[in-house]
Amino acid sequence: MKLNSPLQVYKFLPQINCAECGDATCMAFAAHLIDRSKKLEDCPPILKDEYKKKYLELQTLLAPEIREIIIGKGERARKIGGDDVLYRHQLTFFDPTAFAYDVWDTMPENELVERVNKISNFRKFYVGKFLTVDMVAVRCVSGDAAKFAGAVKKVSEITKLPLILCSLDPAVLKSGLEVVKDKNPLIYAATEKNWGEVSELALNYKVPVVLFSQDLDKLKSLALTFREMGIKDLVLDPGTYPQGKQLKETFEKFIKLRRAGIKEAQKDIAYPIMAVPLNAWAVYKDAVTASYWETVLASVFTVRYGDIMILHSLEPYAMLPEVHLRDTIYTDPRTPVKVAPGVNEVGTPTKDSPVIVTTNFALTYYTVESDLSSNKINCYLAAVDTDGIGVEASVAGGQLTAAKIKDNFQKAGFDFKEKTSHNTIVLPGLAARLQGDVEDATGLRVMIGPPDSGRIPGWMEKNWPPKPK
Amino acid sequence: MTKKIKLSELGSLFGGDIEALEGVKIEGDVEIDLGQLGLNPQMAYALGHETAQMAFHLMNISRILGYPVDQIGGAAAPQPKKLSKLIESKFSVGKIEEWKTPIQEVVLGATSSDGGSRKSTVTLGGEGSLPYYFDSPMPHRNHITMDVFDMPINMAKAVKSNYEDVINSPAEWAKKVVRDFGADMVTIHLISTDPNIKDTSPADAAKTVEEVLQAVDVPIVIGGSGNPEKDPAVLEKAAEVAEGERCLLASASLNLDYARIAEAAKKYNHVVLSWTQLEINAQKELNRKLMKQCGVARENILMDPTTAALGYGLDYAYTNMERIRLAGLTGDTELNFPMSSGTTNAWGAREAWMVSSPLKEDSDWGPREYRGPIWEIITGLTLSLAGNDLFMMMHPGAVHVLKEITQTLYGLKETEPVNIDNWVSAVI
Repeated sequence: MKLNSPLQVYKFLPQINCAECGDATCMAFAAHLIDRSKKLEDCPPILKDEYKKKYLELQTLLAPEIREIIIGKGERARKIGGDDVLYRHQLTFFDPTAFAYDVWDTMPENELVERVNKISNFRKFYVGKFLTVDMVAVRCVSGDAAKFAGAVKKVSEITKLPLILCSLDPAVLKSGLEVVKDKNPLIYAATEKNWGEVSELALNYKVPVVLFSQDLDKLKSLALTFREMGIKDLVLDPGTYPQGKQLKETFEKFIKLRRAGIKEAQKDIAYPIMAVPLNAWAVYKDAVTASYWETVLASVFTVRYGDIMILHSLEPYAMLPEVHLRDTIYTDPRTPVKVAPGVNEVGTPTKDSPVIVTTNFALTYYTVESDLSSNKINCYLAAVDTDGIGVEASVAGGQLTAAKIKDNFQKAGFDFKEKTSHNTIVLPGLAARLQGDVEDATGLRVMIGPPDSGRIPGWMEKNWPPKPK
Repeated sequence: MTKKIKLSELGSLFGGDIEALEGVKIEGDVEIDLGQLGLNPQMAYALGHETAQMAFHLMNISRILGYPVDQIGGAAAPQPKKLSKLIESKFSVGKIEEWKTPIQEVVLGATSSDGGSRKSTVTLGGEGSLPYYFDSPMPHRNHITMDVFDMPINMAKAVKSNYEDVINSPAEWAKKVVRDFGADMVTIHLISTDPNIKDTSPADAAKTVEEVLQAVDVPIVIGGSGNPEKDPAVLEKAAEVAEGERCLLASASLNLDYARIAEAAKKYNHVVLSWTQLEINAQKELNRKLMKQCGVARENILMDPTTAALGYGLDYAYTNMERIRLAGLTGDTELNFPMSSGTTNAWGAREAWMVSSPLKEDSDWGPREYRGPIWEIITGLTLSLAGNDLFMMMHPGAVHVLKEITQTLYGLKETEPVNIDNWVSAVI
């Protein structure tokens, strides 16, 4: 965005401190616009006619450097692009890389249905939410427009995920667009050869379009030409080569495009970038090797500026690291990583329920909490203040000690005699070396849990309730 | 005629009083070249002239200032129109000028001509840009050192199956990783020295180091047990028996007597691994202490800013390393050292080793023997992109793939060109 201080934004706001946005003052709201935690549309007054001019001006000034475009319709519609920085610590990255997995029009229908469902239903629990994937890319392998339209129709009937229609033949794209014209699919791709017809499709159906050229001069030419024709929702595919010097060049192209867009504010190419890790399958035929290499390519371009990518492998060992790395890169580094210290109830604990200790590192805490609640274990879970450091590191670094544990229960007003029938505390397996210290400091009976909270259910079966002394 | 004006002179261009307009103040003096600016900046912009961009910005600024710029050239916004040929254009982008300070070069291992007995050495660092960037060539590739332990330890099944035949012999283990798995270096972890494990004496541990040095001729890393009371004595003794070999002593940290480790490195010609926990300022502090207080030379310092596994804090580890590297490149001479990653930590992630998800709501996790190695690969690869130079690793398959990708991005891999023009219709 072109503004960098709340004061600059404030000048465009109504300055009436009406608090309708949820902030007490327009200046506070301005700060939220700068850090992009709120949208201009959260301010009802500025949407009124009398402020229209300022609204439009501010909207332009606040727009991210990389154009943000929307693919799909409805609740699963996905925004891509929208970035303002080259490194996540400078602010945060916005609009996580959209992962599209492919299907093709020569698949038998039952396989197609199964594959689409697998894509739609994929989920992995992580820190209080599910990681999922985003889109289905339908590839025309048959070369037959009618066949392609049939596949697109089938896919759109069974998933709400946005679609990418993939063919370099404008007639094929058109037949697919006819089927899903009200669903805002992304079309792939306009090239040096077919751009005339594909641009017409993008205009007539009002859909976002990918421009594909390995030559960055040509890619920029395409972008300029489409923009001149009034097509703004563009995605750039500089080609993803799967190996060797060509791959190194691909990596450099991604850096160049994004640097030009953000650091040099070259609006002409400041569009989302597409990577195609699927090309790993052009060089590796063995499924494990190809899946591994595809995941490697996906990771490189998740870190370095891919905004959307097309993938093939649905193997869990490919998808799990892919979604986790995307979360890694796009997690907002400004949000706190700690949970409030204290003693929390999981389920409905009674006097006979265990009291389990962990740290206040958000990831550790949520992992333990979800393992307990999903296995319906009623208990007390203590989040000891370790400055947001995990169990193993905080034991080594001295942030998790017997004194800290004792202090945590005292501050929470948790009296073992009153709340429990067993006067027992369960330490994480990775904190086993604190056992003696905790016994001395608290006078409680100390049991050692498993090193991974995923094993608490098995541990409970063997060890709980504790045998009377 | 080219006329250059400054933003602060914009008022005169439009004949108005800028100060009075909405109270907007423009700071800094940006020069705008008006040389070829036509009467209609919007049209010029659309045509893609170099200077047109400037005109467009100028127009935007004018609009901010409240001028009815859309009327300046008397033309309305361009209507969508059909073009019959592509607008010609050249793409170019500059290099990063701020990256002026290269990363320190550090040599591990010493050959007989330099007082050691290694057959080869490993040079790390020297970068003048982020890894694999085109701004300046990366002088040295990434290297991998594989873990060897001085006693049998718990390992994930997928890892263990590779080492069952050598698990009781650090020397055989070291030979195996170099001979069979392509390790550039070997790390001998003296974990049995921990008083809570076997409390092996420093003298006995040093014998293991000697055995490993005899078994392989690559440079080695000597790791303690992580016990802050015991490690200085263990590393001191190990440094003594390995005199002149330029081993990497792992590690000096702020929570142990780092001065003793620094002293041992100086006395016996080794390199110190400066280890901190995900905190850039602590890393600066320790590096400064090693240099200023302990007198360790710059070419004898490597950093380990801590590796957290994918899904378990890799976001912190990644950004911490990237910030350290950017700080180094832009002139922070307390941070411009090569970096090392304990990539093996990836195996701590439950996704790497658990048979299946403990949560019923998750999609199937699939076979774990494939999940573990890729977890190690992606953890390492991510950090390689942040600037990490040396990887401490465990699984041979993971080592193989990480080498392949880092050496590809580095530029070592020559392959037959692939045509991807028609990937859309490929039969997979």
